Amino acid sequence: MSKMYYTKEHEWVKIDGNIATVGISDYAAHQLGDITFVELPKLGKAVKQFEVLCAIESVKAASDIYAPVSGSVLSVNETLNTRPEIVNESPEESAWMATMKMTDPSEVAKLMSREQYDEYRKGL
Amino acid sequence: MELLRETPLIGRHREQKALLAPFGGWNMPIQYEGGILAEHRWCREKAALFDVCHMGEFLYRGDIVDGGLEDVFTFSVASIPEGRSRYGFLLNEHGGVIDDLIVFRLAKDEVMIVVNAGTAGNDFGVIRSRLKAGATQFSDISSATGKLDPQGPLSRDVVADLLGRNIPSIPYFRFITTDVLGSKAIVSRTGYTGELGYEIFLPAEKTVELWDKLLKDPRMKPAGLGARDLLRLEVGYSLYGNDLDETITPLEAGLEAFVNFDSEFIGKDALLRQRATGLKRSKVSFRVGSRRSPRHHYEIWSGDRKVGITTSGGFAPMLGCGIGLGLVSPEAAAMETELTIRHENVSMPATVCELPFYRGGSVRK
Repeated sequence: MSKMYYTKEHEWVKIDGNIATVGISDYAAHQLGDITFVELPKLGKAVKQFEVLCAIESVKAASDIYAPVSGSVLSVNETLNTRPEIVNESPEESAWMATMKMTDPSEVAKLMSREQYDEYRKGL
Repeated sequence: MELLRETPLIGRHREQKALLAPFGGWNMPIQYEGGILAEHRWCREKAALFDVCHMGEFLYRGDIVDGGLEDVFTFSVASIPEGRSRYGFLLNEHGGVIDDLIVFRLAKDEVMIVVNAGTAGNDFGVIRSRLKAGATQFSDISSATGKLDPQGPLSRDVVADLLGRNIPSIPYFRFITTDVLGSKAIVSRTGYTGELGYEIFLPAEKTVELWDKLLKDPRMKPAGLGARDLLRLEVGYSLYGNDLDETITPLEAGLEAFVNFDSEFIGKDALLRQRATGLKRSKVSFRVGSRRSPRHHYEIWSGDRKVGITTSGGFAPMLGCGIGLGLVSPEAAAMETELTIRHENVSMPATVCELPFYRGGSVRK
């Protein structure tokens, strides 16, 4: 049974065993506006929790995407190379950016549930 | 705290769910609900309506030559025929651009000067200081003047349906003075999008009514400053504050065509010196090899040498890649030069290309 968590930097992560699938929240996609480019991470890239995983650009600005958990990159969503606009159309489903092999399941304690994230967003 | 000014359309922008942000001291719509790319496409294919009431307008009445107006700008005002407009610059003594602007020749002894929003207050003082005292009437009519820009290949049809059959006969860079909603207005065949379009100047209190009437036509949709910036960049037009400012001369900005060296103006000596000694930096236009966007003030490198900075940049929807303008050492501006655009940990290969980036516009149709 997989479960979704969120970060303060507006990434989401779906955790299924030790596999984490990463994307950005619908709130973030809306705030950024039209997405024009996604720089996907390299396969095998190892990254610590909350460090830069990859980058995204909208018409308005460029932003970093941070890894919600520590681990290494297993796969990337190559559809985003040619159709970055799906980040706007389906941010929390079709537009996943990478899957990671998690190295420390206890890090989930530093993430927010959907309800906690919604509360956090209201305070912004 | 900076108090932002608002155009007469602020209520409409809020109703139309615009994202508002500060621009040149004004609270302006950046985009509406559909987003910047959709507004950009609508302007390239149909007709987009821009609120440009924030721009400044000055009225000059009096003899052009005796009043001193002939020496204020980088072009001759006296030689502009009535009913035509001309683009050029107000320069400082060093040849730097105080503003880029358009002068409309309304009558033999009457012109309207249209300037950027953020610079309008300063411009007015500078121009007034260069006029001969007592010889003229010179007034800032910005607050009393509304300005709407319908732009796009269908804008002629929409505007003509609303304002009458004399609209289609206005040639590029000419204007007519006509009745709009019962008031005297100026309808000009100009704009800054690379598309066929108009700039309509009318009394501020009529702006909302014209906005509503134009948007009743399903071919016309509102567009914000986000789309406007992409549209102007795709056709390589300079943006004041980015590509032009008081430290950049028109020669460096690649805009010598709008400087008439046969006329007298402040800054001319500096430009002549710059021309004689050679430019230390010049305008460059480049295409990025990916969808990545260069942005204002990224570094430009040629090989292992930093050669300049970007002044404008973004994603070109019509080309599907990043594009940009910048200032570089002149040898790096040669066509086909391979450049690298850098910022923090981002590095993007780019190639120098000709302007405009996008050539399919309807501007002269």
